[in-house]
Amino acid sequence: MSETGSPSSIAIAAILGRKVGMTRIYDETGTVVPVTVVQAGPCVVTQVKTSDGRDGYNAVQLGFEDIRTQRASKPIVGHCQKTGNTTPKKFFREIRLDEKPTVATGATVDVSQFDAIKYVDVVGTSKGKGFQGVMKRWNFGGQPGSHGTERKHRSPGSIGGGQGTRGHGRGIKKGKKMAGHLGDERVTARNLRLVGVDKSKHLLLIKGTVPGANGGLLFVRSAKTMKHGA
Amino acid sequence: MQSALISHVESAHLRKSPISVHVGDLVDVYCRITEGDKERIQIFSGTVIMQKGHGINHAFTVRRIVNNEGVERIFPSHSPKIERVEVKRSSKVRRSKLYYLRDLTGKATRLKERDPIIPASSDTPPAQ
Repeated sequence: MSETGSPSSIAIAAILGRKVGMTRIYDETGTVVPVTVVQAGPCVVTQVKTSDGRDGYNAVQLGFEDIRTQRASKPIVGHCQKTGNTTPKKFFREIRLDEKPTVATGATVDVSQFDAIKYVDVVGTSKGKGFQGVMKRWNFGGQPGSHGTERKHRSPGSIGGGQGTRGHGRGIKKGKKMAGHLGDERVTARNLRLVGVDKSKHLLLIKGTVPGANGGLLFVRSAKTMKHGA
Repeated sequence: MQSALISHVESAHLRKSPISVHVGDLVDVYCRITEGDKERIQIFSGTVIMQKGHGINHAFTVRRIVNNEGVERIFPSHSPKIERVEVKRSSKVRRSKLYYLRDLTGKATRLKERDPIIPASSDTPPAQ
């Protein structure tokens, strides 16, 4: 899935990483800040796409985490070799840009690009919850605990009348919120404050929670909808 | 099991010389209070009635009586807002949480004194 561009005046920062876990740190005023530790990069630019090239749009493809050559499929080995004999990577993500990318294929991207960035968006895969009822999945209120209610305290209630709810035709409205599979889907947490950057250990400290379990793959980019810098 | 990377992040925020308090201790907590751009030290003294957490999450609760009203403050041990903690007196206690003190007043809240197990805190200067 590609990312759409950021305002062209702002350099977009983006990297792939893994969620390490959460802890708390103290800021300069002595206030506790809950942070998620993300080990991000270093990533390699495995492909650069330009609007005047054969791809027809501007994008940068990042590769993250080495895998052994004999474990990688031949297309991936070949794709990575094109970028200057880099070892095959496990994960690839593309960052769509408004303007022509300034980085070259084979360049290394690490957390230092986040130095001046204050807010980030984090894309991950949420924890799978299995088949869940409507109260957990859609925050329905359920049915009364008493007053004659029996065996259906957590049920959704009515799901639509016999004559249909769209003016004509019978049946249940499409998209009706019902019980079903919850979690294990792509989730973007937007505008999280970037508290710290540790270049020696390739760590990003992000305030608050990010989607997914510890060890999960994350895509971190500078926040799209917030202003950076001063 | 804690990740080495998490420990690495926490290590920068841990107190150099950890606060060592025990449940039942009578302590003076020297808090840094910031008013505008000035900073001063305020002492909160009382009995440690509970501890919880480990490492950077460690915190302890101090209870005291102010104007006949019980006041409890929870201090994160590694907070830079705590300058130091002085243990004035240690007590012989038989439980880890002294919640029963909340229901007692006056003489009933006295605890039996015991010798400190460990020197109060390496943060504190030796007793005068």
